[in-house]
Amino acid sequence: MLKELVTPQNANVFVGKLGDILYKAVDQPLGMAINWGRMWSLWPVHIETACCSVEFGAASSPRYDVERFGIIEAFGSLRQCDLVVVQGTITRKMAPRLRLVYDQMPEPKYVIAMGACAITGGLYFDSYNVLPGIDGILPVDVYVPGCPPRPETLIQGCMLLQEKIKRMKAR
Amino acid sequence: MSKSEKKVTSKDEDKKKSDEKAIGDAIIAAANARREELAKEALATRSNKTLPKVVKEKPKEEKPKESKPKEEKPKESKPKEEKPKAAPPSKTDTEEESLPEFEKSFVDKISSQFTGDVEVGYIKENRTRVNVKKEKILEVAQFIKDNLPFDHAESVTGVDFPEDKEIGVVYHLGSYTDPTYSKQVLALATRVPREENPNPGNDSTKLPSLRDMFYSVEFHEREVFEMLGVYFESHPDNRRLLLPEDWADLPPLRKDFRNKGR
Amino acid sequence: MAEQVIPTKKMPPGLQVENVDDRIMTLNVGPQHPGSGHMRIIVKIDGDYIVDADPDPGYVHRGEEKMAESRNYITNIPHLERPVIHDSCNILYPYVLGVEDLVGIEVPERAKYVRVIAAELNRCIYIQYWLAIYGIFLGHSTMFMWPAGDRELLIDLMEKITGARVTHAYFIPGGVRNDVPANFEDVCLRQVNYFEKRIKEYADIFYDNPILKARTEDTGVLSREDAIRLGTTGSVLRASGVDYDLRIKEPYDVYDELDVHTNVLKSGDSYARSKIPWLDMLESCNIIRQALEKMPKSGSIRTKLKPNPKGREDEVYRRVESGRGSAGCHIISRGKPEPYRLKLSVSSFRNLIALPYLLKGEKLGNMPAVYWSLNYWPVEADR
Repeated sequence: MLKELVTPQNANVFVGKLGDILYKAVDQPLGMAINWGRMWSLWPVHIETACCSVEFGAASSPRYDVERFGIIEAFGSLRQCDLVVVQGTITRKMAPRLRLVYDQMPEPKYVIAMGACAITGGLYFDSYNVLPGIDGILPVDVYVPGCPPRPETLIQGCMLLQEKIKRMKAR
Repeated sequence: MSKSEKKVTSKDEDKKKSDEKAIGDAIIAAANARREELAKEALATRSNKTLPKVVKEKPKEEKPKESKPKEEKPKESKPKEEKPKAAPPSKTDTEEESLPEFEKSFVDKISSQFTGDVEVGYIKENRTRVNVKKEKILEVAQFIKDNLPFDHAESVTGVDFPEDKEIGVVYHLGSYTDPTYSKQVLALATRVPREENPNPGNDSTKLPSLRDMFYSVEFHEREVFEMLGVYFESHPDNRRLLLPEDWADLPPLRKDFRNKGR
Repeated sequence: MAEQVIPTKKMPPGLQVENVDDRIMTLNVGPQHPGSGHMRIIVKIDGDYIVDADPDPGYVHRGEEKMAESRNYITNIPHLERPVIHDSCNILYPYVLGVEDLVGIEVPERAKYVRVIAAELNRCIYIQYWLAIYGIFLGHSTMFMWPAGDRELLIDLMEKITGARVTHAYFIPGGVRNDVPANFEDVCLRQVNYFEKRIKEYADIFYDNPILKARTEDTGVLSREDAIRLGTTGSVLRASGVDYDLRIKEPYDVYDELDVHTNVLKSGDSYARSKIPWLDMLESCNIIRQALEKMPKSGSIRTKLKPNPKGREDEVYRRVESGRGSAGCHIISRGKPEPYRLKLSVSSFRNLIALPYLLKGEKLGNMPAVYWSLNYWPVEADR
């Protein structure tokens, strides 16, 4: 029966179908496991764009200690990172570099826009060298308002991102 | 036969090996020598001797030739017109009561040396200003450097005056070495013609660089160049400093450049 | 010479070096860099040695000076403190003093003392952050954790006074925005005493640490003459043996009534440059204690301004000693509510010129130690 069905011509299709069925069977539990792993090991890339980096640094300090929530301190290597925290104003000179950094990171990757400047331009809405928010360059997952946001606010934003990852479809 | 051949080949190999070794040694030796040279050069730049010393004669000779007699006339009149606007309240008070003597003494030194070319902007406590013609700025700066204890420039401010068709450049000079001058800030101001359609570097908005006298103005002058389009001749690199590489608009600190919505 | 020695033809393909100058490699450090963001340094290296360094600032250039021309003297305050948000009182100080000169108002005595206390607290907060990052630059995690943790003490104190963690906007022309809380003197004294005790312990772990000494001593040596000639300021200048502190040389507000000492070291290397800020913090604790003692216990903290104050037609250049060095503000006024031109002459920008000069001939591994010892904050330099 099976031998008749599977001919050399349609073998690929058949195997693909089988894979789909298998994938559907384990997708739900496996996806949850993958998401669980991603949630608790977010590695932010170490790119500082403006003055919000002061509060980002404070969030890693002993008092706030973001590592409690599975967000690891900012890291140098792009290839191992999956989170960009855009820390404040993006100038016209910085924007291409920020995009370059984002493009070099492996999937999946998430973006947090930290501070009023990263969201809308903030205080510098009328400056000639500042972009009105980073929506034009990066797909933002979570917006953290404030000028600058307190470390608690940043931590809350990261936890919201974790919540979002939990509900996302794992790829 | 075969043995001898083998021997030959082994000898050749030895030779080759020794050759390669020699070559490798030569490379390493050459590289080391080169590195030492570079390190020496680099270290030498730190000693005071090799910091660029003043070449006084050349710029002086060039400037008068380039200078435009046409533009001198409006220049003389305009700052003088300007001054009374700002000065009257303070000047009348201070002249009647007392001009700060110490400040007056060294400003007088400068103005007596260059009568006609230098005009006293204001004399306040700890703050003084002299307005110098563009052509004389090098000489005045050299005079200040040699005869007064001002040894560094704190800031260089470029100001746009569109109604006068001029751009002002103000050097704030300070002194670290002489404790009696440590409070003083001398503003050395000059003005350059302004063009309606600026073409930074290729128009008449040019000024000799003071980098030879006051080394610290290097980055400040680069900033003034990109922000107002004032080209500094004899500056080693008149490159862009703060603005993005693809900036193609007017220099942003000119008054005719407007922020969006303002 | 060197090129002729090498027989290039016989070399195996991978090892051929035709020109020794090919060995020089250009390396981009930044703007994405494990040590610092905001800033790029283009270094040319030969092996381990830096042959040339070209700083490329401007990644946070936000056009503050242009923006200031379209806002009035009061609404300029919030954005002019953003260049150094963790030293916001000191970066606003020259602007506020300049506007007071232009508008012509007197500041009450109590406000002057409150300002001095706030400025010194802010100086400590700035230096603690700077020290924490210096720890990261040198790969010393404890040195990040300790100052970053102790810094929060003073941030709490500033939060009690001003209501904000870092961006205080506390100084306004005519005084300060609001009065200090009721039991401020006691709390402040207690916190500062504890803080001083804590920072004295840094000597054991950081400044007497033989590894750190080996990394920072004799690297990036700036001689006294060059420090003057390059126009450096603040800790860089004082580490090279020039005794110049604007709190003493040109006292503003009530610094002339307080007993202020300055710290000068003579070696001019990275170690001295990293030690001066720490000594400054100890001195700041002294100043705060003195100011708390001498401060009038009650009184006005602000001279009321007109709603839209106009400066007289004049220009002022005021400067103060900030956490990094002299911060100057040049305001040209034309009798309008907005300044005609406002120039911030900030210490980071002035110290930047020393960077290429110090890096030449240095090893690449020493670059972070030299770079951050210049007390450089890129956001301030770019404005």
